[in-house]
Amino acid sequence: MINLYRVFYRCLLAASLAFASLTSFADTPDDTLVVALRIDDITTIDPAESFEFAGSDVSRNVYQKLVNFDPFDLDAGYQPEIAESWSVSADGRSITFTIRDGLVFSSGNPVTAEDVEFSLRRAVALEKTPSFILTQFGFSAENLDETIMQSENTVTITTDKRYATSFVLNCLTATIGGIVDKKTVMANEVNGDMGNAWLKTNSAGSGPYMLSSWKPNESVALTANPNFSGQIPAMSRVIIRHVQESASQRLLMERGDIDVARNLNSDDIKGLRDADGVRIIDELRGRLMYFALNQKHPELSKLKVRQAVKYLVDYKAMESSFLDGQYVIQQNFLPRTFLGAVDENPFTLDIEKAKGLLAEANVDQLEIEVGVREAQERIEIAQSLQNTFAQAGITLNITVGTGKQILGRYRSRDLDVYLGAWGPDYPDPHTNAGTFAYNPENSDAANATGLLAWRNSWDTGGLTEKTAAAVEESDRDKRAEMYAEIQANFRETSPFTIMFQRIEQAAVQDNVDNLFLGGATTAATYWTVTK
Amino acid sequence: MEGQQLAFLKILSKAITTFISIAITMLGLLLVTFVIGRVMPIDPVLAIVGERASQATYDAVYNELGLDKPILVQFSYYIWDVLHGDFGDSLLNARPVSEDIARVFPATLELATLGILLGVILGTPLGVISAVRQGSWIDQVARFIALVGYSMPIFWLGLMGLLIFYGILGWVGGPGRLDIFFEDIIPVRTGMILVDSIIAQNGVVFRNALSHIILPASLLGYYSMAYITRMTRSFMLEQLSSEYILTARIKGLSERQVIWGHAFKNIRVQLITVIALSYASLLEGSVLTEIIFSWPGIGSYVTTALLSADMNAVLGGTVVIGLIFVCLNILSDLLYGIFDPRSK
Repeated sequence: MINLYRVFYRCLLAASLAFASLTSFADTPDDTLVVALRIDDITTIDPAESFEFAGSDVSRNVYQKLVNFDPFDLDAGYQPEIAESWSVSADGRSITFTIRDGLVFSSGNPVTAEDVEFSLRRAVALEKTPSFILTQFGFSAENLDETIMQSENTVTITTDKRYATSFVLNCLTATIGGIVDKKTVMANEVNGDMGNAWLKTNSAGSGPYMLSSWKPNESVALTANPNFSGQIPAMSRVIIRHVQESASQRLLMERGDIDVARNLNSDDIKGLRDADGVRIIDELRGRLMYFALNQKHPELSKLKVRQAVKYLVDYKAMESSFLDGQYVIQQNFLPRTFLGAVDENPFTLDIEKAKGLLAEANVDQLEIEVGVREAQERIEIAQSLQNTFAQAGITLNITVGTGKQILGRYRSRDLDVYLGAWGPDYPDPHTNAGTFAYNPENSDAANATGLLAWRNSWDTGGLTEKTAAAVEESDRDKRAEMYAEIQANFRETSPFTIMFQRIEQAAVQDNVDNLFLGGATTAATYWTVTK
Repeated sequence: MEGQQLAFLKILSKAITTFISIAITMLGLLLVTFVIGRVMPIDPVLAIVGERASQATYDAVYNELGLDKPILVQFSYYIWDVLHGDFGDSLLNARPVSEDIARVFPATLELATLGILLGVILGTPLGVISAVRQGSWIDQVARFIALVGYSMPIFWLGLMGLLIFYGILGWVGGPGRLDIFFEDIIPVRTGMILVDSIIAQNGVVFRNALSHIILPASLLGYYSMAYITRMTRSFMLEQLSSEYILTARIKGLSERQVIWGHAFKNIRVQLITVIALSYASLLEGSVLTEIIFSWPGIGSYVTTALLSADMNAVLGGTVVIGLIFVCLNILSDLLYGIFDPRSK
């Protein structure tokens, strides 16, 4: 037996030495930022087409826009970037941008008004998914010669009617507003695609970084743009590695092999809070969690029922249990930090009040179906609702399914209740007001599947007109007040129960400073990071 | 001369039969995958246009993808393209599927090959010893190891392995194929970093790649070992109870000659089937292992494609996996010929 133990220990020692000789541990390089992030949603890097979270992060660091957000002061709203200044015509339909001198693309070509005109026209002409952000102003492939025009050092855009200037400029801060290098892009055009195929995997921007590689589901590598007109980033390389599992991200963080972990679940966040050399940063993001009642349902269409269900949600219990740290209570359709956002969250779990409202609506022992996509947190929310609804006599049958099953039925107005999430498309209040509180034609024939109000068959009772008026209001403060008013009405009358707003929690090494995840309005900035 | 002609005709006939059988297998595989892809509750159009797209945009993309055509027409178009070596472009990232597969498959090949090598090197002798010493403590331990390998969830075992050997002991590299310091240093020739680093004669990259692959490969090797040990033990027990083994022992042959020269020799054909199947299942890509270890292989590629309704990528991956099975079957047949004189 003694011999056996000796053999065992020798084997163990040999294995230890063999393994130890394989690895050489060190922190990440001083000039490189290594980020663990799920990047399997990236389908393209072309700003005219990119519409996913991870893609927006890349774009934010690679492309400049006419106007953009200052990561150090997101509350200040859009600021000049490629545009040095702008002026608005008397009728409010035209905005003329003066292009800043001295900006250079990563190729070495100067940034000109011609590039700006090309980029905006290209984004409209390609008609990719996010093109609606620009075409909602009346731009189309047919009228580009009249609506987006360059003249010497200026570019003028003319909208189909008067819109709030803040609305137009906010939309230009979205990913689709990224300005590309016309010469480089057109040199890579294939079959009239305006360089779309090439820009899917390459970059041609004037931002702090350029794309050096994108391996789908594997990694994205950014290298500092040597021609960047601003301050050269302290991190000369940014490596974004696709790490699917939260536990794997945590281990990488603990071993110091990555600087930032961005997809940690609440358990791993808790575990890392006490870890040496790691700190947690929280940022409010724009995604909202809500459920909505189909107004085709005879009982759910009653105002008192719509109001009652808002008192049948245990907001606090969910926020402090399975959503701990990941979501915060928000009962309004504008995420906090948006222009016009309000901080009023009047609803709490109140079974008796809900029962009273249901009784006033002559509703007793209701049985309804809620459709949920197969995501853990949504299913848990549905289960919580099932419990609290039951206390007021409402039986909630949960149907879990894929996007095709659930969204398909939601889009065809076939679900009693839909529970899901919604994130803003661009950093302007109209992005949410225009879908939650806007429904100009409520008939089935209208088929306005893109509008949440339509999907729930809700005639907004005057909010459509108020939303249309708010988007035209040029006074920023007055516009904010209009949205506050719309939301107050919406809270009380709409079939939507907005519950929570997303918080992104990321773990960063202690030596990493000035990492901004983008808040509710924009995407992450890596060029500001120092170590 | 006539005899030679007959032999040639026999070989030709065998080759044609094999080819037809491969063609029918592949066609069936494609048909089943294609039909499943069409009936499963995932919408490729929604995956492309996004949740908020208008009905007009949805319809335009639906027609663009050819989904408005009858399913048989869609399938015939697809077969035509595949016959021309074109798997199409990924519906999501518009990159050629063949390029994507050429990038992810070597990662799986490298991992699976190392895994099966470990499985065979450890599993075969363990199975033989276990059978020879049936009922002894070695046999009990071997059976216990095999049982654990069969019943332990790979997801849990992988995470525990990472926690202990990477997180706590620091013996191996973490998730991913290389540390970031070493990425893109050596030119890509085969896509298998261990092989590429040998070709580039870069020992540092080789060492780092080995430190990253050793844990997931050991994990896969353990699962293969469990299967191979169990099957080897069972095959050997059957042989050891045969009369010819008794005869060999009566003739005074040494125990080594009896076990390795007679009993083991007769289980080689069965063992080849077991190893081939085990290797094929590793080459399919162990999705969970690839996810835990952030290993960009074909398993996670096909799974991600499936969940994103990227059917071109799914079908491309299926064809490749099908071909692997077919190739391993042919290889097994060839090896039977070598090891079993009756099949010559």
